[in-house]
Amino acid sequence: MSDTTSSGPMLAADGTPLKTSLARALRRQKIRALALIAPLLLFVMITFIIPIATMLFRSVENQIVSATLPEATAALQAWDQTSGEAPSEDVFQALFFDLFKAAEAKEHTKLGTRLNYEQTGTSSLFRTSGRNLDDVGEEWQDPIEDIAPALEDGETWYAMMSGTGSNDLLEARRALWNDMVPDTFNGDVGLTLSDEIAGMLPLTAAAYSDWAIFEALEEERDISTRDPWEAVYAALGLDLRNPETVAAVNAYSGPHAEDLQLVTANLDQMPDLMFRDAFADLDEDWLDPEVWQTIKIYSPDYTSGYFLNAIDMEKGPDGAQMRPENQQIYITLFIRTLWMSLVITGSCILLGYPVAWLLANLPLRTANVLMILVLLPFWTSLLVRTSAWKVLLQQQGVINEILVWLGFVDDANRLILMNNATGTVIAMTHILLPFMILPLYSVMKTIPPSYLRAAKSLGATNWTAFWRVYFPQSVPGIGAGSILVFILSIGYYITPEIVGGTDGVFISNRIAYHISSSLNWGLAAALGTILLAVVLVLYWLYDRIVGIDNVKLGG
Amino acid sequence: MAYVGPIVRPNLMSFTAPCTAGLAAVFGFVVGNAFGSPFVGVIIGAVFGFALAYVLHQFSVPRTAGRWATIGLLAVVGLLLTNLGGAIAGALIGAVLSWFVYWLDTGDYRKNVPIYYTARETLWYNTFLFICGLVFFFLIAPLLPVMWLSFNAEDFFTFTPEMLSFDPAGYSLKHYEDFLGTDEWMVPLKNSLIIAPIATLISVSLGTLAAIGLSQSHVPGRQWIMAIMISPMIVPLIISATGMFFFYAPLGNWLEANLGLNQSFVGYVKVILAHAVLGVPFVIITVTATLVGFDNSLTRAAANMGANPVTTFFRVQMPLILPGVISGGLFAFITSFDEVVVVLFVGSAQQQTLPWQMFTGLREQISPTILAAATILVTISILLLTTVELLRRRSERLRGLSPG
Repeated sequence: MSDTTSSGPMLAADGTPLKTSLARALRRQKIRALALIAPLLLFVMITFIIPIATMLFRSVENQIVSATLPEATAALQAWDQTSGEAPSEDVFQALFFDLFKAAEAKEHTKLGTRLNYEQTGTSSLFRTSGRNLDDVGEEWQDPIEDIAPALEDGETWYAMMSGTGSNDLLEARRALWNDMVPDTFNGDVGLTLSDEIAGMLPLTAAAYSDWAIFEALEEERDISTRDPWEAVYAALGLDLRNPETVAAVNAYSGPHAEDLQLVTANLDQMPDLMFRDAFADLDEDWLDPEVWQTIKIYSPDYTSGYFLNAIDMEKGPDGAQMRPENQQIYITLFIRTLWMSLVITGSCILLGYPVAWLLANLPLRTANVLMILVLLPFWTSLLVRTSAWKVLLQQQGVINEILVWLGFVDDANRLILMNNATGTVIAMTHILLPFMILPLYSVMKTIPPSYLRAAKSLGATNWTAFWRVYFPQSVPGIGAGSILVFILSIGYYITPEIVGGTDGVFISNRIAYHISSSLNWGLAAALGTILLAVVLVLYWLYDRIVGIDNVKLGG
Repeated sequence: MAYVGPIVRPNLMSFTAPCTAGLAAVFGFVVGNAFGSPFVGVIIGAVFGFALAYVLHQFSVPRTAGRWATIGLLAVVGLLLTNLGGAIAGALIGAVLSWFVYWLDTGDYRKNVPIYYTARETLWYNTFLFICGLVFFFLIAPLLPVMWLSFNAEDFFTFTPEMLSFDPAGYSLKHYEDFLGTDEWMVPLKNSLIIAPIATLISVSLGTLAAIGLSQSHVPGRQWIMAIMISPMIVPLIISATGMFFFYAPLGNWLEANLGLNQSFVGYVKVILAHAVLGVPFVIITVTATLVGFDNSLTRAAANMGANPVTTFFRVQMPLILPGVISGGLFAFITSFDEVVVVLFVGSAQQQTLPWQMFTGLREQISPTILAAATILVTISILLLTTVELLRRRSERLRGLSPG
């Protein structure tokens, strides 16, 4: 029977072709389903997936070196790191101005901390040098102010540097500041650099712009009356080392040209200080090529350095290399985490299998009562269970007290059950056991008991019947439970932190340490990325073996 | 179980008495060891066990009388040897020993195995039950000392001699008073009770909608959507916490600076959002599991009778999937109520929750108030467990799956 007429396709009630009508209905259904899902999907994406993705991104991010020392790292690219010598004067000169800025903004210590992860001692090097850079600048400031007393005043400087022009230099310097401290230096500086002076005294104009931007936008002071940094005087001194500049200054007629010409007339009073020597005076480590090598290696915006650190390697002059033996900790820690998780998974199988078998083979009513004994710890707060194990395992704890009371253990040699791997394994086996029993139970429930009886009636011994008939059918349950327990245990933090001491901690504890104590967030992110990768592989396996839709919670 | 034949009482001299002697020897060894002479203990135990089985069997002592007599006798022995604690230990040994005698002597030990089982198979079966018993003991027993110790009169984490000898002076409720009477614990409890319900509400409402969407027949990219929504449960908490730490700190600053919100309010919002997302997978899993058994012709019937989709949802679908929604909500609630890693990273001191306070307490100063808190939490979880179990039975009854 058919409604089709010979003249055309099958039509729906409203006259559209049935095919189109069905397709539209299907589309509407899809849209409705997606509309229901969308709010949660968005919520999870924004508050979970994106935060984790950005956290992972931190493991390769490394802008701090080039943002804090932009000119020094640029100048450093020409340095040959195999020469065994510290870089040349131009690098030190760029370093002076970069570091001066950073020290004023208190950013140099952050950079020092960052580089200290790679080369110990860098932190104090940056901190002490940053503190003493003013003295280096005063080498120029004092003679210049002696020669031209008008240059002591901020007003003189402001009048001298202001003028008409495109202000390109100021904007370029502002961009550099914003690289160093994001989104801080927006707004009106109140200065238009004179193009003429910017062309004639490039270093001075740059240094003055740096100061003006910082003074106006960060300190929020009136730049037209404030005295500039010592670094500006040093820049002027450097500019005037160039004979062409001196000639141009002598021919200059802008505001306060006479003060500048006073300085050029007395160039013999200016210091002939080299920055390389000045830095060597501050700290002789600056002449150590290893410091510079570290700066150069970490000057790109993205680095694999954190990942190398996370697997006990470091960047050397010839690429990646292993760290010295005594600094290798992370591979050991990863192996320990995996090994202990395996032991915990194994003990969960060992303890969970018989119980799951019993639950699956008892009459339903009895099984339900016994199931409560499994679910009660499952529902009890993790911290309650962890504190319970602390009560049990400590040296004056219940287990030791009982053993001493019964005379099995000497009072002086109480068992050390806590603050080591034993404590972590015992406590975590207890905590994760329900996660093994529940999937095992739900698989065993589906195995018909008649199979075992059939095997026995065909002449199998008890053992053969179990091992050849029952066990293979329960393997999916073991697989599901094991992966679940394993995934949960390699990411555990609380229990190892409390009962693990130093020998029983996991990689998670190290991540937490780097986040909250050592503040080496990049390394924490790299360690986290590796851990997450392991978990995701396991998750994928779990999905293949069990199917994520089949996860059951509490029977 | 299989067919169970007539009960045969085993021979006294060749089976019941030697077995009892063996078990009693083990107890004797333990007790003897406590007094420094395990060997004497073994001999006394074996002789006593043999005699006990002989007397109870030969004179056909009724079960109740026999058991109480043994318990009383050993309790007195324990009291004479030590103190009240010893009496209780003695009574326990007596209870086990006398139960064992009657269990063997009446043939009860074969009650649950088929008649054709050999002696070795019966032995294995009972050993197996014993092993399972030990595992159950391992699961539950750790919680008991916590409850016991929470009544400690001293500020110790360990049992005092007074507690062990059941001296009332060794017990007090002061840790409960501490818990209920100081801000140190009540503020975290209040915070937990603010954060957990709101977080649960968010994850349940969004999660239920999404689960209904996911259970429709045509969902593009279903696998991926499911994976994303389950991910908060799979990703290790420390990684989630780290990611949220970096995400919520600037977000909080932005909210404070641009919307002029109060700092403590923003703090709560951050923790609540973080906990809500952690609870989502549990809601999704339980509600989709409930929806698997949902008969879609019911919604069509409702539509047929003129109900609009909203009415259909609230009057037809919701009452049927309610048990799943509630148990998902309970999971979400317990996740938030029990969560410490994320709140440690995302929250500030004002949002300190109960688990946080317990965690710092466990790590730094050890005060038995933690144990009082733990006992209260165990009680709450027993209540929750009962609720879930009742809901499950109701759900199965409604769907006609099993007699419950």
